Amino acid sequence: MGLDTTSMGGSFVGTKLTEAINWARKYSLFQYPFVTACCGMEFMATACSHYDISRFGAEIPRFSPRQADLLFVVGTVSHKLAPVLKKVYEQMCDPKWVVSFGACASSGGFYDNYCTVQGIDTIIPVDVYIPGCPPRPEAVLDALMLLQEKIQNAQLDRRSVG
Amino acid sequence: MSQYVVQRLTERFPDQILETHAFRGDDTVVLKRDKLLEVLRFLKEDAGLNFDLPVDLTVVDWWRKKEPRFEVVYHLYSLGKGHRIRLKVPVDEDDAVVPSSRAVWAGFDWYEREAWDLYGIRFEGHPNHTRILLWEGFEGHPLRKDYPITKRQPLTALLDGKQE
Amino acid sequence: MSEIFIETVRDDGTPDDLGSVPMSLQMGPSHPAMHGTIKMRLRLDGEIVQKADVEVGYLHRGFEKSCENSTWTQVFPYTDRLNYVSPLCNNVGYAMAVEKLIGIDVPERCKYVRMIMSETSRVGDHLTCVGASLMELGAFTAFLYAIEAREEIWRLTEEVTGARLTHTYVRVGGLKDDLPPDFEAKYRKVEKKIRSLVDDILLLVDRNRIFLDRMKDTGVMTRERAIDWGFTGPCARASGVAYDVRKSHPYLLYDRTDFDVPVGTTGDNYDRYLVRMEELKQSLRIIDQCFKQMKPGPVNVDDPRIVMPDRDEVYGSIEGTIQHFKIIMEGIQVPPGEVYSYTEGGNGELGFYLVSVGEGKPYKCRVRPPCWNFMQAVHEMLEGYQIADIVPTFGSVNMIGGECDR
Repeated sequence: MGLDTTSMGGSFVGTKLTEAINWARKYSLFQYPFVTACCGMEFMATACSHYDISRFGAEIPRFSPRQADLLFVVGTVSHKLAPVLKKVYEQMCDPKWVVSFGACASSGGFYDNYCTVQGIDTIIPVDVYIPGCPPRPEAVLDALMLLQEKIQNAQLDRRSVG
Repeated sequence: MSQYVVQRLTERFPDQILETHAFRGDDTVVLKRDKLLEVLRFLKEDAGLNFDLPVDLTVVDWWRKKEPRFEVVYHLYSLGKGHRIRLKVPVDEDDAVVPSSRAVWAGFDWYEREAWDLYGIRFEGHPNHTRILLWEGFEGHPLRKDYPITKRQPLTALLDGKQE
Repeated sequence: MSEIFIETVRDDGTPDDLGSVPMSLQMGPSHPAMHGTIKMRLRLDGEIVQKADVEVGYLHRGFEKSCENSTWTQVFPYTDRLNYVSPLCNNVGYAMAVEKLIGIDVPERCKYVRMIMSETSRVGDHLTCVGASLMELGAFTAFLYAIEAREEIWRLTEEVTGARLTHTYVRVGGLKDDLPPDFEAKYRKVEKKIRSLVDDILLLVDRNRIFLDRMKDTGVMTRERAIDWGFTGPCARASGVAYDVRKSHPYLLYDRTDFDVPVGTTGDNYDRYLVRMEELKQSLRIIDQCFKQMKPGPVNVDDPRIVMPDRDEVYGSIEGTIQHFKIIMEGIQVPPGEVYSYTEGGNGELGFYLVSVGEGKPYKCRVRPPCWNFMQAVHEMLEGYQIADIVPTFGSVNMIGGECDR
């Protein structure tokens, strides 16, 4: 966190615009759950009371890609579904991030066959990969924190300022 | 499964039955294709047999193992009588057609479409004879033994520098 | 100024004064109520669904082809991911099919453990289904309660199997391991918690006017149509088909337990909800009896060609090493033949049709998915109802993508 509250006697907050924007972004992630398969069960578990993803500012799912900035690809993506995923990704506004949830989304998992996409990163860019089949909720939260770190350290360019 | 069913079928359609056998208690009747619909109707409508529940329809591909190449396999169950039967209909690769049983049991609708999609067996008289799990334009039938497991047919362009 | 009138007629020929024309709407595949894998093309007359065309296959991941390229034991992880809400039921179903093909019978304790584990899995399945469909109707609190109860079950099964969701616990001829020694005590605590949470859910929704209005008399499937479409499981029972594999053709030791099969009368969404809630309680009843009946003993068959040796033997004796090597590298040698074995999965009759040519791999491994029948018939349950009824109807048939599309 780049906010410096101690200097100048604490009377005002000094920071860089980049850091302030990134700080705001990382704690207000609106996610689009692209849930297809088994991992969705763990995704539900992460979102509910026990693990409670809202502690990290990412609890509100938006089922319209235009209102979301974090795409959770949860589960296997088949070649039939791939165009849909691509379209959803393209409809999201910048800045946007993608989390590949589970082994199938990351690499195709153990479905190395005629109908499964061998990792969604062959179709869309991915920011964070979560291993596991399915990943434990702790791993999901860890990935979310990793992503927040990535967002905090991001450089703003004209495109991502909007 | 039940010996009684096999007996009834052999009495009623002696010329349609190629073979009957039982393995681990599963009774199987191998049928000719010609009067398949008539046999299926009889199985459903006969009061003593009463096979009202369509359980499963699938295909076995005996590529380079057996002639004819395909076997269409039906599993039926009777809720009232509690018995089961397996029917098998061998079909040739060049003439991979069987009459559709959609009119007898609505429940075989999608099973037949799936068999067409994955094995390439045509079901004559099916009202909506299209692919179901894969998409129109997919080449070949992936569950045939001569379809390579990793032969993929992507619908989307891959990102630069990526390959499958 | 002139006014323009569009004169339209409805399908039955009567004039439509409002001048509305049918609208086409595409729902899914990436839609929260469609579970991410179903696409519906709807034709709407105002709020009324005239025609629904269901398209599946978005989660087709080549189950059969992958199984044909794995050894008999390697198929277990694939079965986990069929109906991923109740994976242990699938494990048990597949194991029983292979055992039928080989012609072996597992020890009594193994049967009890399999029953206990598949019933806990079923409880989780029904909780998820009911909870998710309640959430889709807006009852988010009830969903949180259901998931909390499911979380308790998962923690319990994790202690036994080592995984929260994809267990791969059952093996051909036995189990990965016996239950841990303090399992029953832990289960009792979990059971108490589940019962209290289920009561909370019932308190929230059972007499809730909004819930009743949306569930009653929507998505009706009559008994005759249900049979014709090949329905099994909770959906068939809600329509009045008293068919439960556990009761009609008892496998494992279900004939030694006493439980009821709830049957609905109208086949609407409310009946499906009631059947699931009642089955959940019956499952707890079955587990209770299993604990009372089971005795200590072996859980694996005594056959070195099928069951893996102990770790000590693998590292300590040449026979153990060879046995381990052969099972891992060549797979269990299953005699040639074909069987159809059926069990009661979370959604209905879960059948495995296996063909062996006497190798270490299945020649064909077909699963009969109960969801498949629901999805081919769901348009009948939607047409004529309002568009808002799609959500509870689709939720209550409990379509599981992994099982439906395989």
